[in-house]
Amino acid sequence: MDIFDIIGPVMVGPSSSHTAGAVRIGYITRKLLGEEIKKAEILLYGSFLLTGKGHGTDRSIVAGLMLMEPDDTRIPSSLEIAKERGIEVSFGTTDIKDAHPNTAQIILTSVSGKTLDVVASSLGGGRIKVNRIDGIEANFCGDYPTLVVRNQDTPGCMAKITSLLSTCGINIATIQLYRSTRGGEAVAVFECDHEIDNEHINWLEQQEDIIKVTYLSLDE
Amino acid sequence: MKFVSLTAIVAEAEKKGIPFWKAVMLKDCFDKQYSKEESFEKMRLMYRAMEEADKNYDPLLRSESRLSGGDGQKLENYFNEGNSLCGGFLGKVIASAVKMGESNACMKRIVAAPTAGSCGVLPSVLITIKNEYSISEDDIVKALFTAAGVGEIIAIRASISGAQGGCQAEIGSASAMAAAALAQLKGGNNDEITHAAALALKSMLGLTCDPVAGLVEVPCIKRNVMGAITAFTSADMALAGVRSAIPPDEVIDAMGEIGSLLPKCLRETSTAGLAVMPTAVKITKELES
Repeated sequence: MDIFDIIGPVMVGPSSSHTAGAVRIGYITRKLLGEEIKKAEILLYGSFLLTGKGHGTDRSIVAGLMLMEPDDTRIPSSLEIAKERGIEVSFGTTDIKDAHPNTAQIILTSVSGKTLDVVASSLGGGRIKVNRIDGIEANFCGDYPTLVVRNQDTPGCMAKITSLLSTCGINIATIQLYRSTRGGEAVAVFECDHEIDNEHINWLEQQEDIIKVTYLSLDE
Repeated sequence: MKFVSLTAIVAEAEKKGIPFWKAVMLKDCFDKQYSKEESFEKMRLMYRAMEEADKNYDPLLRSESRLSGGDGQKLENYFNEGNSLCGGFLGKVIASAVKMGESNACMKRIVAAPTAGSCGVLPSVLITIKNEYSISEDDIVKALFTAAGVGEIIAIRASISGAQGGCQAEIGSASAMAAAALAQLKGGNNDEITHAAALALKSMLGLTCDPVAGLVEVPCIKRNVMGAITAFTSADMALAGVRSAIPPDEVIDAMGEIGSLLPKCLRETSTAGLAVMPTAVKITKELES
């Protein structure tokens, strides 16, 4: 949090958590997909579900999915805009154990058939946290370029990733590691101080034991 | 390291011989690696966005729930007639605070300060005093840094979220921030600035968040008025030499403690208070159908 989280953000109302935060959840999810969206299934939980309509949470998430930012005055008409752009949008409900009250699960299919399943929460003041990617835990706020690597839990995988980042001169701000079971699937989340090139992301994707690479670029 | 108390901001300001607002700005520049100019101009944009939001009020708009809209215009008309109890100056503040709250409810662009629900407090106070006293925009921007510094300490020591701390954390924080800004604009020293904030926040302790149908409308919009007016009375008290018997940082801690003791039903869950009165239940049911 900094002073421009206190005075700011400039946003379309009415709620920093249910509107601005919801836009940001959509935005980060679309950035993580990295491609145009064909289909979006939006499942709301807790207070997002109960008071979402009056707060425009539905329209806000859809606006974010079209890369609108929280101060975009087109947010109120995002559902119509999505329709014009041929994006299939559907809404539903979900029940996630121990989730933050303002949580959404977004399941996306891109125009090329790529899929992504993100669970994210709005923490208040427009700040958000991504909690899960494709069903596996991941905790990050989207304030840094973020690399999420899903891999087999085998020795050397981390070394491959960190040596790549080191070769590219990319400083790592934080690292988190999660795994389902020993030798099962693992997820590594790297928040970085610099952007990673597409070329290097592609290289990682081709490595043995690496199942999926998801990258959040903050470049416009 | 971030500041964790108002006392620390004052100590830093005094050590370096700089004003309160500058200590806040310089710390943020250091944390974020901004230049002073970038930071100052960014804050200027925040103020301009507040002015733009104030100008863009549309009296014909109604919120999705149909609960809000048009009251800001009623107030402006009433105060313009010149027969009000509060008088022209405070009348402008009152109308402006309601307008901003209504614009927010109607999905117009506003500046969260510190939250969207409390977005009417700082702009109504600052825009009105700027026009009334011909204050320069630079001085208003400096006052916003002071407000932000106070808000950041409240966020760190207590909370600025209704879900965590009730309305005292939203309108209460906004009022404390505005009071500090006003004390500075009237030439107050660091003691007067921080005590203005303390006196405002103290007046808001215990305020619950029980909005009808869970929306940022009832009672939020009109409560912005209370936050704005309390900022003026608190700043005047501090400038007159009145001090909060409980020091400012301790008042903030008290707000945080009260917030965590408030039952969940009074923290933005709409399961008690105004939100469950028969009329509120009727409104909620109508909205759901």
